[in-house]
Amino acid sequence: MTDRPMLPIIPSATAPTRPATLLHDRTPDLIDVGAHQLCPGCGEPVALRAIVEAVAELDLTRACVAVFGIGCYTAFSNNLDIEVVQALHGRAPSVATGLVRARPELTVLTVQGDGDMVNEGLQEVLHAAARGERIACFMLDNGVLGETGGHMTAATPLGQRTKNTLEGRDAARHGHPIELSDLVARLDGTRYVARGAVNSAVNVHRTKKLIHGALRARQHGFALVEILTMCPTGWFVDTTEAPDYLVQRRGPDQILGVVKDTTRPTT
Amino acid sequence: MIAVAPTPLPAGSDVIAAAMVAAGCRFFAGYPMTPFTEILEAMARRLPQAGGVCLNAESEIEAIGMCWGAAAAGTLAATGSTGQGLSLMQESLAEMALARLPLVVVDMARGQGDYFQATRGGGHGDYRLPVLAPIDVAEAVAHVKLAFTWAEAWRTPVLVLGDYYLAHTHRSVAEPTRSTPLPPPWSLDGTTGGSGHAKLISPLGTTKQRDGLGGEAGYDLSVHYHDAAARTATMLRCLPPQTESLYLDDAELVVIAYGTPAAYVRAAVRELRARGARVGYLRPVTLVPFPSAAIARLTGSARAVAVYENNTGQALDDVRLAVEGRVPVRWIGGLSMDASGFGIAPDLDVRILSRRIEEAMP
Ligand code: SF4
Repeated sequence: MTDRPMLPIIPSATAPTRPATLLHDRTPDLIDVGAHQLCPGCGEPVALRAIVEAVAELDLTRACVAVFGIGCYTAFSNNLDIEVVQALHGRAPSVATGLVRARPELTVLTVQGDGDMVNEGLQEVLHAAARGERIACFMLDNGVLGETGGHMTAATPLGQRTKNTLEGRDAARHGHPIELSDLVARLDGTRYVARGAVNSAVNVHRTKKLIHGALRARQHGFALVEILTMCPTGWFVDTTEAPDYLVQRRGPDQILGVVKDTTRPTT
Repeated sequence: MIAVAPTPLPAGSDVIAAAMVAAGCRFFAGYPMTPFTEILEAMARRLPQAGGVCLNAESEIEAIGMCWGAAAAGTLAATGSTGQGLSLMQESLAEMALARLPLVVVDMARGQGDYFQATRGGGHGDYRLPVLAPIDVAEAVAHVKLAFTWAEAWRTPVLVLGDYYLAHTHRSVAEPTRSTPLPPPWSLDGTTGGSGHAKLISPLGTTKQRDGLGGEAGYDLSVHYHDAAARTATMLRCLPPQTESLYLDDAELVVIAYGTPAAYVRAAVRELRARGARVGYLRPVTLVPFPSAAIARLTGSARAVAVYENNTGQALDDVRLAVEGRVPVRWIGGLSMDASGFGIAPDLDVRILSRRIEEAMP
């Protein structure tokens, strides 16, 4: 019936002789409590983990402030062990601007979703990029407003099903998606743009490198990493199918990797 | 003979900007809009000299967002606009009150149509911002200082409500001395990261929700909103309401006005007094907290109260609530503006106001 290996069976007929103990706590150092209320299979906690691990790896823990937008990931804004300013939907790049202008020695990053950054906050991110603000913005992009229950965003790919595009997003009826990374890359204040994904262990590893790139590049100007994340709930797909659905919906059109990097000398 | 070039008197906007810098403001962001624009210009000139930052934002929404970030970093921040721009800022104003962030907002309104916006808060939710309404440039300087003091002490946005007259009256005021306050202990500088107690500034509060598994995840909004309401109530109880008054002892009619139009009303009342009319003058200096108790007490022996404001009747409601029907409240205000719409009021003429006051005499 199934070819999956059997998991070890824990006897339940008799009481265990010893209470359960935690053998391996895999919560990253900078996340206070690993428990969260996000859906199983959600890509956002994976992306967040990658971001905070990168902060620690670059030794920025005590010199960093993260600005959070509003989305499912907001649940983490009071779970991190780095300083956080919780902002409103769409407003994080302006808040980050105020922070970094007031304290230029800080590494200021934003965590936003695609609804937050491309719908409500498009103007803010474009202007912050054009001004060349020394901030690193991370967009967790799943193509839906997950928190409201899976509604279309400006970044929803054509054909993707959402609560208000039940037949799939159709250009004639719902307009074309905005490719934020490409748009931001064209601005002169932008030093670094990359697109990552957390649908596989390999991609998580690659994305981590892109996050490192952005955190370094923000010393010179604006940096953005778009991280494609899974939202099985908003996509109406099985948890285990979400990574494949991400590839199917986003993969063909979206190149993963560095889109722009002007911090390196051109060869 | 030595020719001495006359030094031009500074405009109200410039004096207000100087007062902000003197009060310790080191961050300003704004978007030009008449009659607020000159304050932005003056801050752009003055702040860099004082080691501060002034940003020309892409919109009022971004201006206040930038101030949010600077305030979180412990820098005294201010922004401003006129009523229309303030409408755009309301979401952030409401949430900054919940996030406990100090901010001073100078609202150079067009006329007095924005009294409700200023005192009720055009934003969502259950919050109140202290509001000061200076009568002239000299008082505006004092109010700017007070606004920063209140903003810091209560960790809240505070509004200074002015208008075209305040921004554009040229007047000599002693240049205040400068100070740079230290960042407060709650502000962010990154250094608590990795300590196990990293600081958080959030309009959602800092209380965590129990996840039922022995850990804590997400925000507990019920605790936060109750705490915020209790803090607001304490603030409103502790802030002293202020008034200015004239000839109240034997006044049969007390005329109430606020902001720069009150200067014209005050002049009209003085003139009528000189002619023997038993008329008094009372000005709410703080609009939030509204001096309701003082109004009730000081109008107690009058036979009527009259309200002047340049709108269709907004503070009128607060005066009515304050006197609670003990004396009749008469309306002598009304919309008055020239074609520019910037709040220049042909009605602000002592003769016109005197006539209206005489007609309202009991
Ligand atoms: S709705 Fe989507 S984005 Fe939100 S927690 Fe669930 S899976 Fe994650």
